[in-house]
Amino acid sequence: MNGQSVTAEEEFSTLPITTNDDVVRARQLVRALAQQAKLSLVDQTKLITAASELARNTLVHGGGGVMRSGLVERGGRRGVTARFEDSGPGIPDLDLALTDGWTSGNGMGLGLSGARRLTDDFTLASKPGAGTTVSITKWVR
Amino acid sequence: MTERIPVLKIGDVLLVSIQTDLEDQSVMNLQEDLAARIVETGAHGVVIDITALEIVDSFVGRMLATTAAISRMLDAETVLVGMRPAVAITLVELGLSLGGVRTALSLEKGLALLAGADPVRADRA
Ligand SMILES: Nc1ncnc2c1ncn2[C@@H]1O[C@H](COP(=O)(O)OP(=O)(O)O)[C@@H](O)[C@H]1O
Ligand SMILES: [Mg+2]
Repeated sequence: MNGQSVTAEEEFSTLPITTNDDVVRARQLVRALAQQAKLSLVDQTKLITAASELARNTLVHGGGGVMRSGLVERGGRRGVTARFEDSGPGIPDLDLALTDGWTSGNGMGLGLSGARRLTDDFTLASKPGAGTTVSITKWVR
Repeated sequence: MTERIPVLKIGDVLLVSIQTDLEDQSVMNLQEDLAARIVETGAHGVVIDITALEIVDSFVGRMLATTAAISRMLDAETVLVGMRPAVAITLVELGLSLGGVRTALSLEKGLALLAGADPVRADRA
């Protein structure tokens, strides 16, 4: 490849997210990866917080799912990726869902928008009726 | 599997020290326990020590803000102590500034705040 390669995702570990305790486990797993990647303390905190928000969304809005996470590398830079996948109801209006303070339930509406601000790469894909996938990456600076 | 966080009473003040990464139900239980203990004890102050917390997300952040509001209605003042710098930076970027919550950098300063003293000025006097 050309130096832009991202570490094979087959090496990612998969964590089911079906209970509140799994949300805690997701935070702990991402913390361990962030420390392994040697992210700065502030960047570790931002990434773990974003992962916590997304793991809770997977559980509460997505009806449960998985987190796939691992170390990645691109152009000689190390990072941590966490991807949250569910096959729940999906998000009908992505822009609305990404609006600060907007919630369809009784949350604070800061999870998606906050996670986007707190990370370097953020991708959100969702199809009504088919589920939601949110991927976040933080790179070592 | 929910766990109950101990709420200590020291004089007129209730002290809660959050020592572990809590799952959401335990966070909600803590909010309810605190409200009950304020009424039960007639405490006028609540100190929540988050020194051990490595992250505060929007769920915990909301609980902290709500607890401060509830205790105010029950005639008790809440002070949040021990927030780590990285947590403060992250919370603001997340979009939660916890504007309605009084904070102090240490347990000692938090208790002094509730006692009506200004610990910084007292130190320098
Ligand atoms: N995995 C998901 N599946 C379905 N809907 C979701 C998912 N994640 C987020 N949403 C929708 O986007 C909204 C905004 O999410 P968020 O910013 O985390 O706020 P909150 O969780 O507090 O409602 C949610 O209220 C929900 O309607
Ligand atoms: Mg959310």
